[in-house]
Amino acid sequence: MYKSALIGLLGMMAMLTLPQAAQAEYADVVINNYADAAGMRPAVFPHWYHRIRFRCKVCHADLGFKFKAGGNKITMAKIIDGKFCGACHNGEISWSVENCGMCHSGIPGTPTQIHGSTVQRLVAPTYKSLDKKAK
Amino acid sequence: MKIKRFFLVAATALALPVAGMNVGAAEQPVKAAKSAKGKVSGANVFNRLLKKDKQRNAPPSEDGIHDAANDGTHVLQPPIIAYDGLPTTEFGNYVDWVKALDTGLLKPRYDRFDPAVEPLVMDLDIVREVKASMPDVVFPHKPHTQWLHCSNCHPKIFIPQKNANVITMSAILLGTKCGVCHGKVSFPITTKSCKVCHSKPKPANWKPPKSEASLKTPWR
Ligand code: HEC
Ligand code: HEC
Ligand code: HEC
Ligand code: HEC
Ligand code: HEC
Ligand code: HEC
Repeated sequence: MYKSALIGLLGMMAMLTLPQAAQAEYADVVINNYADAAGMRPAVFPHWYHRIRFRCKVCHADLGFKFKAGGNKITMAKIIDGKFCGACHNGEISWSVENCGMCHSGIPGTPTQIHGSTVQRLVAPTYKSLDKKAK
Repeated sequence: MKIKRFFLVAATALALPVAGMNVGAAEQPVKAAKSAKGKVSGANVFNRLLKKDKQRNAPPSEDGIHDAANDGTHVLQPPIIAYDGLPTTEFGNYVDWVKALDTGLLKPRYDRFDPAVEPLVMDLDIVREVKASMPDVVFPHKPHTQWLHCSNCHPKIFIPQKNANVITMSAILLGTKCGVCHGKVSFPITTKSCKVCHSKPKPANWKPPKSEASLKTPWR
């Protein structure tokens, strides 16, 4: 009872002191296809942290991650089978999957996105129909 | 129970405008101008659409994406600590990843298990003449093959043949061609980064081609 009031108070204080616009590191990926619906915080994947340790080739060629935020339909079942994040977060190359809060660290409700992208920074969206032609 | 509900209501009441600002960052100055004492309309605020410069390399708990109420968030490494000593740039992560690799300050693995595997590097520059006044674009295979595999680009993004691909700036800004990576993970497209791609100066006698319409005008 008092504990929950305290948590509420702390939450409010955090909200007041936090900066107001998202300003996460360039290329942080929020993955939220399913997490919110399953009552988990969205997963946040930090590109900067991983590219210090691995070249793009390891994930995007060897492990088959497509170049699209949310486009790989990652689930926990695939991860524990050693696919996607589970190819490394298996207790051998990196810490294991029981550290839920390390990956599921996003603010609930944050949509899937690649943060700080040029498209996100445009004042007005660019002319859309070009998108189809250009592909 | 009552106290709990009060805090929930209060917290959401505070959270709503905060969340709103993420989306409508451009409206912020308007609100600020209205609440100031003057009678001038907020519509004429200076820099109406300019987004505020972000705090560089913010730590996860303060970056607006990570939840500070999650214990794991506080275990994550703040980028600024990891970047200590790396060469810098004026955009993206504010780190010059190419130089960091070339100088040996970073040695990311090319193979998931074996740190000794060397990348398959190809040193081939492709010059793309730009029709506009911007300097020509030089596409260097070297830094790309240091990070990526040929199959990341060929043939899905680019046909491996000089000038076989139609590349335009608008396609790049929409996230295709070079924009599949640039503007998302590799360095972004900002005023300060144009010359990283547009790096080959035009010949001294180069003049912008006149458009058809201007050649046709009778008052020329
Ligand atoms: C290595 C990073 C990582 C770890 C550790 C991790 N997850 Fe996930 N998890 C993900 C990613 C990525 C997704 C996909 C998110 C999405 O698309 O919404 C996901 C999705 C989920 C989902 C929704 C999809 C599904 O499979 O049902 C649940 C629930 C979930 N995780 C629970 C957990 C729990 C519980 C733990 C701890 C035992 C955990 N996760 C640990 C990365 C991780
Ligand atoms: C440790 C693995 C890993 C490494 C290394 C890595 N990435 Fe990624 N990349 C990911 C994941 C995970 C995603 C998100 C996929 C998803 O949400 O399904 C992603 C997404 C992307 C996207 C898609 C963004 C979008 O939505 O359009 C691009 C582009 C990208 N990465 C480029 C790179 C580049 C360039 C490098 C090297 C500098 C790199 N990545 C290194 C794992 C990695
Ligand atoms: C190619 C291997 C690889 C893949 C794939 C991979 N990771 Fe990692 N990840 C690592 C390694 C190695 C570390 C560093 C562990 C350490 O320092 O102990 C790490 C660390 C992390 C961290 C902690 C960063 C910090 O600040 O300490 C997070 C969060 C994370 N990974 C999330 C993910 C998610 C989410 C995915 C899948 C979308 C993923 N990783 C896929 C190798 C990988
Ligand atoms: C980052 C993306 C990227 C990667 C990775 C990449 N290339 Fe290319 N490649 C290009 C582009 C862009 C062109 C120019 C196409 C054009 O001008 O239309 C090109 C052109 C070529 C050409 C044609 C050259 C000519 O003179 O006609 C060959 C051959 C080629 N690449 C081979 C490779 C090989 C082999 C690798 C791997 C070692 C590789 N590429 C990796 C983007 C890439
Ligand atoms: C598949 C991803 C990908 C594509 C597509 C791509 N690049 Fe890159 N590019 C990278 C990465 C990764 C780097 C390393 C530097 C970084 O991450 O900021 C890089 C670096 C560069 C550099 C070198 C910067 C330096 O500091 O020397 C230039 C120039 C460049 N790219 C131009 C282009 C052009 C022009 C195109 C389109 C024809 C293109 N790139 C397409 C991923 C890509
Ligand atoms: C990732 C590399 C890259 C960056 C960064 C970049 N450009 Fe380009 N730009 C290109 C390529 C590739 C072309 C197409 C050249 C051709 O016609 O083959 C191009 C073409 C252009 C053109 C000619 C019109 C067109 O669409 O073909 C203009 C103008 C231009 N760029 C302006 C800019 C400006 C201004 C910036 C900085 C805000 C910039 N570019 C940043 C790669 C880049």
